[in-house]
Amino acid sequence: MTMSEGDLAVMEIRFVRGAMLDSKPPPASMRGAIGWLRENLLSSPFNIALTVIIALLLAWIIPDLLRFLIFDAVWTGADRDACLEGVQHRAIGACWPFVWERWPYFVYGSYPGPDRWRVDVFFVMLAIGVVWLLWLHAPRRDIGAIYFFVVLPISAFILLTGWRAIGLEPVDTVLWGGILVTIVVSWVGIVVSLPLGIVLALGRRSHMPAVRLFSITFIEFVRGVPLVTVLFMASVMLPLFVPEQYSPDKLLRALVGIALFASAYMAEVVRAGLQAIPKGQFEGAMAVGLNYPQRMRLIILPQALKITIPNIVNTYIGLFKDTTLVFIVGIFDFLHTVEISRIDPKWATPVTSTTGYAVAAIFYLIFCYAMSRYARATEARLALSDRR
Amino acid sequence: MKKLFKLIAPVAVLAVAFAAQSASAQTLKTVKDRGMLNCGSNGTLAGFGLPDAQGQWTGLDVDFCKAIAAAVLGDAKKVKFVPLSAKDRFTALQSGEVDILARNTTWTSSRDTSLGLNFVGVNYYDGQGFIVRKTLKVNSALELAGASVCVQQGTTTELNLSDYFRANNMQVKTVTFATANEAVKAYDAGRCDAYTTDASGLYAERLKLANSADHIVLPEIISKEPLGPAVRHGDDQWFDVAKWVLYAMINAEELNITQKNVDEMVKSTNPDVKRFVGTEGNYGEQLGLPKDWAVQIIKAVGNYGEVFDRNVGANSPLKIERGLNKLWNKGGIQYAPPVR
Repeated sequence: MTMSEGDLAVMEIRFVRGAMLDSKPPPASMRGAIGWLRENLLSSPFNIALTVIIALLLAWIIPDLLRFLIFDAVWTGADRDACLEGVQHRAIGACWPFVWERWPYFVYGSYPGPDRWRVDVFFVMLAIGVVWLLWLHAPRRDIGAIYFFVVLPISAFILLTGWRAIGLEPVDTVLWGGILVTIVVSWVGIVVSLPLGIVLALGRRSHMPAVRLFSITFIEFVRGVPLVTVLFMASVMLPLFVPEQYSPDKLLRALVGIALFASAYMAEVVRAGLQAIPKGQFEGAMAVGLNYPQRMRLIILPQALKITIPNIVNTYIGLFKDTTLVFIVGIFDFLHTVEISRIDPKWATPVTSTTGYAVAAIFYLIFCYAMSRYARATEARLALSDRR
Repeated sequence: MKKLFKLIAPVAVLAVAFAAQSASAQTLKTVKDRGMLNCGSNGTLAGFGLPDAQGQWTGLDVDFCKAIAAAVLGDAKKVKFVPLSAKDRFTALQSGEVDILARNTTWTSSRDTSLGLNFVGVNYYDGQGFIVRKTLKVNSALELAGASVCVQQGTTTELNLSDYFRANNMQVKTVTFATANEAVKAYDAGRCDAYTTDASGLYAERLKLANSADHIVLPEIISKEPLGPAVRHGDDQWFDVAKWVLYAMINAEELNITQKNVDEMVKSTNPDVKRFVGTEGNYGEQLGLPKDWAVQIIKAVGNYGEVFDRNVGANSPLKIERGLNKLWNKGGIQYAPPVR
């Protein structure tokens, strides 16, 4: 086929760019520090106002905080004289030597000195278990799960309470205290409440009347009474009905109380997740011939739990802080060991209480923030499937 | 329903019977069999019951329990301290969770009778007092007319305060706070001229003031707060043991038997001392205790004066005056019947 005159003319006019232009950077106001500021802090008049207010608040709090915690703080000393304005003739901030001296008590409570290595071993074992389970690239996480849910509880029990046969002196739980108690109580609560909560949530949605009635009664009853009441009943009323030698250990009673209490809340959280799964998922699962356990395990629960991660972690954080309530039944958790230490006349000064509470605040902040960060990361990872 | 009741009734009866049994059983035998004394104590009161930096319990009440353990079991370490709050202390004693309650408990008629307790004696005569700034130049509570007083609200402290000043026809302005901590802070900040609470507490709170040397505790004590250990009703043998452990500590001070010289005193020829240390008579056996029960007590914790000085008195940070707690022959009212 030959080209006409006109076609040739068109070809000459046609222009196709061979090389692309370099893309230009965004305008100066949109990038770098200024761009970040504009987008994140100053994007609207309302946000500008918020930014200013928060900046003012920080400017008001941070200098005083740093002055108290660091610049004016006392770092060494033997007793209260080191932290007294009248003795030192200078402004006094936090009294850190008080914390140095009392730190072993904060960690172990009255756990006998020569046996404290057992608590250290428990902490290390627990840390290994937590990392093994939570770090996604850890090798053999299936063994990790067995370790965390079977090996660790048994060995921790033997290690902490003692077993004469293998040379570990028995240690009465009344001597436990401090971070040890806080960790043990929240760990047991966290580990027990999720599975038990799932079972209760499924029970509440069950078609079997007995199961449903039991689950509803349990959940509503436990949610209807304050945790303090549960603990108080377990520790004060129980011994009135059961003779002393048959009544279970005080810490065990508190552990059971807290675990059951947390389970009831967890059940409602999980039920919310189950409620959110569309009916089609259940029907689809049935249509491919899965039985009830398979449906739940393979289709429903993975989706339901994913939706509820923020609430589950919320319950965990609440539980972690609720453990401080065990002090009312005479168990010395971390916060209570701080409370006791600030009464110690050896360190009684105007700043001792504040220092003690600052340590407690930092402790709880670290743990709760770590939990919430890990949950955020998990959420982000699981949300990838929704953003396909 | 009837069926259910039939089922439950025997269980309930059994449980109550068990509880009653555990409550009225021979506590001395139980403690000996167990090899451990369960002692209900405070855990949060400086000088009376408070764990130290190593987690070891210290205090006046704590030492009393150690003394019982020394007398009964021969080892002051065989005590399990059960921390009790003001609310659950009596239930814990009634239910048998603890063998003795040594938790700065005020001896009152209603507690002695309706709560089913027997008070062993008084190991600390407490009472409500005042602390003021030295610059105020006040030497007596009767000079406090027109002053403002910081006090914790909702306690008998508040009531005692108004009673005392009404009885003396004086006007004071009371400033109340929800917690003792806030009241002390306010007093330290200068919002009141005086702060009032139980004298033992005053000395502990004084240490929290910015310049504790600038404040004095006034001599007036405006209420009676005799603090003492208590045991359950219905076990006279155990009641006797507890009583005589307390008396032994007071008698030892009177006889000048101390932790240091107790080994020499065992060889003493003084008949009073001989009866006390068990080289004469069988006073230990009469109590159901070993012959050298009193020696064990003194070896473990010392006499009453030593216990007082170490925990709340001159050798402690609290530095509380002995006052009423001096021996009867030194101007106080601590008096014990003799061992004979």
